[in-house]
Amino acid sequence: MATVRVQRDDFDAGREAAALAGGRRGVGAVTSFVGYCRDEGGTLAALELEHYPGMAEAEMARVAAEAEARWPLLGVTILHRYGRIEPGEQIVLVAVASAHRGEAFAAAEMLMDYLKTRAPFWKRAIRADGTVEGWVDAKETDDALAARWEAAGR
Amino acid sequence: MKLIYFAWVRERVGKSEEELDPPPEVSTVGELIVWLKGRGEGYAYAFEKAATVRAALDRVHVRHSAAIAGAKEIAFFPPMTGG
Repeated sequence: MATVRVQRDDFDAGREAAALAGGRRGVGAVTSFVGYCRDEGGTLAALELEHYPGMAEAEMARVAAEAEARWPLLGVTILHRYGRIEPGEQIVLVAVASAHRGEAFAAAEMLMDYLKTRAPFWKRAIRADGTVEGWVDAKETDDALAARWEAAGR
Repeated sequence: MKLIYFAWVRERVGKSEEELDPPPEVSTVGELIVWLKGRGEGYAYAFEKAATVRAALDRVHVRHSAAIAGAKEIAFFPPMTGG
């Protein structure tokens, strides 16, 4: 059963990954991925993330369940922040525990690809000169990255 | 039913949520969009490129061909940009 949280506050990625291993003797691998806010060459002051409360958690849980159905995982944690996030700050965490590294790496990558295209979050950029830019456009490359997991089958 | 809007769909419609009762001939998400577009400039602007707007019924992603009968909550939003 995955742990899924949507929160305004920052998180401790190391502690979350350690909790997945948590002294469980069958765990042979834990991978964790952290997505950060970047400053885009000094032009970005912050991101403002909006989300759909309730559906965000539900969709993250569905994505986690798909990974758990696909690989023999021993634990999944997905955290996603919302609100104002500045360059250098963490936005998202995916951590996966399994017996062997292969499924832990693969599941973490699939989880991130699916989160990008399915979890209901939207970013707006606030520029260094104070202007509030429009909403960040979704990338077709993200759709392609998510689609390759469908093509790969089970 | 409750309609909820996010990101630029919310800004263009001019509200984050509302209760509406579409007429019975409006049976799919796509037909609901067409009906909404007739409700005013903001709606027409929000759904001007209807194919790009995503929908969720009771917090599950659906296509525009999905039937809306029985849904309590319908959300419209742009393609997602989280992660």
